[in-house]
This record gives sequence, structure tokens and C-alpha cells, in this order.
Amino acid sequence: MRLAFLAALIWSCLSLPIRAFEVEDRVLYPASPAISELRILSTTDRAAFEPIILAFQAAHPGIAVDYTIASTTELMTALHDEGAVFDLAISSAMDLQTKLANDGFALTYSAANTGALPDWANWRKQVFAFTQEPAVLVVSDRFFASGTAPRTRDDLIDLLRADPDRFQGRVGTYDIRNSGFGYLMATQDSRNSQAFWRLMEVMGRLEAKLYCCSGDMIRDVSSGELALAYNVLGTYAAAQQALGVGIQIVVLEDYANVMMRTALIPVTARNVPDAQKMIDFLNALGTRPDLVAASGLAAIDQTALRENTALRPIRFGPGLLVFLDQLRRKNFLRNWQNSLFQE
Amino acid sequence: MTARRSIRRRLFFQLAGVAALLSLTFFLVLRSVAERAAEGTQDGILSASATAMADSLRSVADGVTLDLPYSALSMLGSVGQDRVFYRVVVDGQTLTGYDDLPLPSDIPSNGEPKFDTLAFRGDKVRVAVVSRTIGSLGSLIRADVAVAQTREALAATSRRITAIATGVGVGFFVLATLLSLWAAQSALAPIDRMTAAVTRRGPKDLRPVTTDTPTELVPLVDALNSFMSRLRASLLRTEDFIAEAAHRVRTPLATVRTQAEVTHHKLTKPEHKAAIREMIRAIDESARSAGQMLDHAMVTFRADSLAKDALDLVQLTTEACNRLAPTAELKDNTILRSQPDHPVTFHGDGILLQAALLNILDNAIKYSPADSDVFVSVTEGDEICLSVTDAGRGFGGVDVSRLTQRYQRGTNVGDIVGSGLGLTIADEVARAHGGRLAIAENPKGQGACVSLFLPR
Repeated sequence: MRLAFLAALIWSCLSLPIRAFEVEDRVLYPASPAISELRILSTTDRAAFEPIILAFQAAHPGIAVDYTIASTTELMTALHDEGAVFDLAISSAMDLQTKLANDGFALTYSAANTGALPDWANWRKQVFAFTQEPAVLVVSDRFFASGTAPRTRDDLIDLLRADPDRFQGRVGTYDIRNSGFGYLMATQDSRNSQAFWRLMEVMGRLEAKLYCCSGDMIRDVSSGELALAYNVLGTYAAAQQALGVGIQIVVLEDYANVMMRTALIPVTARNVPDAQKMIDFLNALGTRPDLVAASGLAAIDQTALRENTALRPIRFGPGLLVFLDQLRRKNFLRNWQNSLFQE
Repeated sequence: MTARRSIRRRLFFQLAGVAALLSLTFFLVLRSVAERAAEGTQDGILSASATAMADSLRSVADGVTLDLPYSALSMLGSVGQDRVFYRVVVDGQTLTGYDDLPLPSDIPSNGEPKFDTLAFRGDKVRVAVVSRTIGSLGSLIRADVAVAQTREALAATSRRITAIATGVGVGFFVLATLLSLWAAQSALAPIDRMTAAVTRRGPKDLRPVTTDTPTELVPLVDALNSFMSRLRASLLRTEDFIAEAAHRVRTPLATVRTQAEVTHHKLTKPEHKAAIREMIRAIDESARSAGQMLDHAMVTFRADSLAKDALDLVQLTTEACNRLAPTAELKDNTILRSQPDHPVTFHGDGILLQAALLNILDNAIKYSPADSDVFVSVTEGDEICLSVTDAGRGFGGVDVSRLTQRYQRGTNVGDIVGSGLGLTIADEVARAHGGRLAIAENPKGQGACVSLFLPR
């Protein structure tokens, strides 16, 4: 009861009643013969994760995979509040995954080949990071000729201020009230730079459009509906750009938050051995360039992080819990709304 | 004497025991200090975190609010990857955080942190709580801020500390034990040295012990030395007495012999002559014994402080042969010499060597049958060998080593005058010079071969 009450407090700002979590999609990958079934709850798009699942099944025949897709907040609701039964949870919201582990909803696993990964790539041997994906600025070819896109947040703010008519209603970003990933990026932005709040105010004046997901933002940028979208998941954007949809990807040079997609084994898991196999498989993503290419998910690459100091990987730790604090979240969202929705 | 307890072993075990006790104490102290320090570190971070949170509390229109500082929780991740929990209670109501987190009792209201270890969600957590009073709407409200952290990093640190402390303790013990062994060994080394010095001595060496003596053993050594000097004095008195007695006996015996010979000439009856001859023979035997006793006493005396004169052994043997040539001639014996044509130099006591050689040669002549040769040779090899070979009866196959003992004679010599001291004297002289006496049957036929070996 108390947990439910706590959850109600956390998610009260979403004005969502306690209910079964919302599933976006569910895909079954049968195995013949199927010896066991691995139930994955994930925030990762089917297109990105399907190659990984198929490769996993090729490496471990006999494991059928039940792949359920939900948003980051729905995933949190499912595991934290509703006790949903899954063998593996994969999410792009590191803070929510950290909170799951901190609050005791994750099982510990001493992964066999985490040795290949840096120490900071897992937390408590419960949350395992397997990708590094920067949050990027996506701009439309129709608005920006090649090489004219802003390179820093200050450039972006100046550009938007200089020509408000051109960008009125043409900028987009996450609705952080509904997107766990958007909230994580916004809170990390607020820690990194004061420019974030100025940017939000400028975007507010331009009546920015708010989105639930990176995919929608990329779609609208490529269609020319939007001139630019801020804090888009870089891996998805790169996958779309590869299809030639008329977008440019800008990794801002003042800093770029790098999110790590993480996997954890919920305490409700029934098929722990296969979940552990999947974690081992994901940890070894860096050794499979074919999978990286097919999924569009970038494996953890310490060299890239060392070479580009603007890339700021979000570090695991109790600090990630700060913005999940009920009051802190309420205050942050109020500030965000005050910046974005000006009367 | 019974050897019950080894000082060395007792010393070693006592030192090792002390080392074990010290190692254990060291281990316990190290562990407790280090664990307290580790615990103190966690408490310090927890209280800093709680204080940072409490300092961020502020009153607003509808009560009290908190902008949780990022550092308040992130600092808790600096030590390990422990789970963290927090709870802010304002006026008895949970403002934010985990509302089921238990709070320590008796929270001091002066803002000092209070620590406790409590159970939460199936784990032991360390809780720090600080209290603040906040003014809100004209009234004062009490706020308690609690921050809790699991103790996995602490447990890991504790395991590491225990491992290190164990390693250090065991290492210390092993080192201390080895040092104890060495200490026991070295403390008793003077005793071993003295034992060796005393053991090395010859049976006649009664000089005082002068090796380096530790202070503790000085009384023992003094007592030993005093005992030995008394023993030595007593032995010298005995030897003196024997020498004196022999001397006193020999002079009158000479007179008696002369008179007996005179009487022998005067007597005409064969049975009287035979009786007198028997008497002369007995007198000779006594005189000879007395002479050898004198020689023996002299050897004992001179061997104590051996002279180291440069001697020519060729000359020495020649002189000895010349001295006994008349005696040999009486029995038609010939002394044949085989000597190098150059001097053979040896550092020793000429009088003693002369006495030894005379005794050996005298024996050889005594046991030689009439009209036979006595062969004397001086050879140089690894050792210098003075060898006297006769064609007498030899030793009849008895144990020759016994013959060098005082007053011991062969089993086949009943008809010949002898005291049993001759070879003893030669043997003692040889030993005094660091050499040895070899007694053997003549390798070239009938007879005995007595060799005096001297080191070069």
C-alpha cells in the first residue's frame, strides 16, 4: 500500500490514475523448438532491437523472446508499482533504472564479460549499460543549408532570437512531463548549463511543439514541419538520416549529454539464466559491428568519449535520484512550464 | 647429568608466544581502528548529505519546500555503489522521500547529527538524521532530515581491512618468530662456542678457559677454571711426587747394582752367582722403570708448554742411534740408518722427541734377537715419519692400540724387562706435537715397526 502511495506521489504530476501500464507494441520471436521464453520489457523501438534479438536467438537457439515495448515512464510504472512479470527490462531512462535498482527492484548479476566494459558501465552489478547515445539537435535541410546549422546552444539561442518569425511554431522538443528520457535530458541540461533555461524561454516564445518521442520529432523535421528539434536521441536520428530524409544531425559542441541504454533483471524475473545470457550478449555489443550497424545502437566506446570531450556521459549514482524526488520534480516541471508556456 | 629442558627451545617458545600475542593485538587494534575510520567516513558523508538537505529547506506560502541539492545525493555515491534513501519529515508529516524509512529515536534538536543502524527493506542501513527549526507563517516548525545508506561498501572495506590486517599480523608473527629463532640461537651462541672450545681440548689440557665469555656465564667459567687449576695442581703434585720418588730410588739403586756386581765377582759358587744375577736383573728393571717414570713425568710437564725450537730430525735420529749403539753392540745388533742427506727441519721440543725416539729404539733393541739389525729411517711425505723396525717377535697379533696406555705391555714379553711406559711416552710426545704414533707388525717379515708421524 505504501509503495502504491509513493508511486501515486511520484506520478501525480502526470495526472494518471493507478492502472495497468500502457503497452505500445508486443512482438513474439518464436524458437523451434522453444525450450524457454525470455520476456523483455523495453523502451527500444522494434526496428532497433530486432536485429539484436535475432542474433541472440542465433547464438542461443531454443530461447523464444517475448518483446514488449512501452515508454520509459510506463516501464517504471510496470516494474516499480505494478510488479509486472518480466525477465529483463531495457530502458533509455538511466535515472528510472537507477531508481529501480536503488529501491530493490533489480537482481544482482556478476556478468561474465563486463571486464571488457569500463567500471562506470554498470551500477551495483544490477544496471548494465550497453550503448552510448548522445542527445542531438536535428535540423531540417529545408531550413539550413549544409554547414549553416548552429553548433552550440548559444548559437542556437542567438539564431532563434534573431529570426522569430521564421521559427515561430517550427521548433520542437520533448514534453518532459510525459517522457522519462526527455525529463532526464532536461534535468541533466539544467545541471550542465544556464543556457538551457534561456533556450527553453526562447523556445517557449516561439511556441515550441512538444513531443513524446524522438521518432515523431525526426518525422516532422524531415517533412519540413519543424525547422529543428532539440534533445533528439542521436541513434534514432542517425538511423533515419541514413534513409535520406533530409535532416542534419548536430552534436552540439559546448556539450552533449550521452545517455546509456541500460538493462536490468527485475526481481519478478522468472527466467533469470536467459536474462543473464542476454545481458552478457548486450555487454559484448562492442565486438559485433554488424549488430551496431543493423540496430543503429552505438556500443560503449571509451575512445570516442576520450577524443570528444564535449560528450558528457551521464554517470550512474545516487545523484540520478535527485530529480526523481517528488518535490524536486514538481519544482522542476513548474520552472519548465513557466519557461515554455508564457502568458 | 640429565638434560631436561632446552634453554633455546624455552627461549624460542616464549619469544614466539609473545610475538603471537603482539600480532593478535596488532591485528585487532588495526582492524578496529580502520573499521572505525571507515564507519566514520560513511557517517561523515551521511551527515554532510543530511545537513545539505536541511540547509535547502525553505518556507513558502503553503508551508515548507525543498529543492533537493544534486550534491546531497551524488556525494553518497563517492564511496561505493550503495543504495541510498532519504526522508524529510516536517511537523510530523513526510514532506518528501521514502515515507517508510525509519528514523532514529531521540533526535537532538540542536542540529547535531544523530546516527543509527536500522533495518530497512530487508537491508541494514546506516541512518543520519539532523533536525532544523524553520519559521513558516510566523510559527516555528520542526523538520527532521534523514539520509540512509546500505553498508555494502563498508562491508567490502571491512573485508579488505580484515584481509590486510590478517596478512600484516601473520607476516609480523612469522617475521617475529624467525627473529626469535635467531635471537635464541645467537643468545646461546657463546655457550656453543665455549662448549666447542672445551671439547676441542686434549685430555691433558687443563689450562683456564679464555674464550669470550658473556657476563652471565663468567661465574660458571670462573668456577670451572678454578676447579681445573686445582685439578692441574693436584696432577702436577702427583707427577712431581712420582718423579721425585723415581729419582730418589734410582740413585741408591745404582749403588746397590755396583755393590751387587762387585759381590758377583767375589762369589764362586754358581748358585750364589745366579742369585746375584737375578738380583742385578731386578735392579736393572727397577732402574729402568724409574728412568721411564722420570721421562713420563717430564713429557707431561713439558707438553703443557711445548717448546717450538727448530730441530733437524736427521741429526736427532743420528744422536739417538749413537747413544744406543753401545747397548746394541752388547747384543751384536746393528743399527742401520736411512736418512735424507739434507736436514729435515721440524719445530718442536728436542728433549721430548729425543726421549720418544730413545724409548722406541730401546724397545726395538730390547726385543731384537742377537745378531740382528735394527732399521731406523727418516722419510718425508705428507708427514715426517721416524720409523724404527726390528726383527724381534712383534706383537703376537694383539690389539696394538692398547700398548700406548700406561703400564700396558704385550702378551709375549714376560721374559724381558719392561715397565710398559716406553710407547706411552712416545705416544704422548707425538700427540703433544700434533702427530701420532703408529704401531704395526714389520711389513717385511718378523718383527715390529713403530713409526712416529709428525706434521710438516
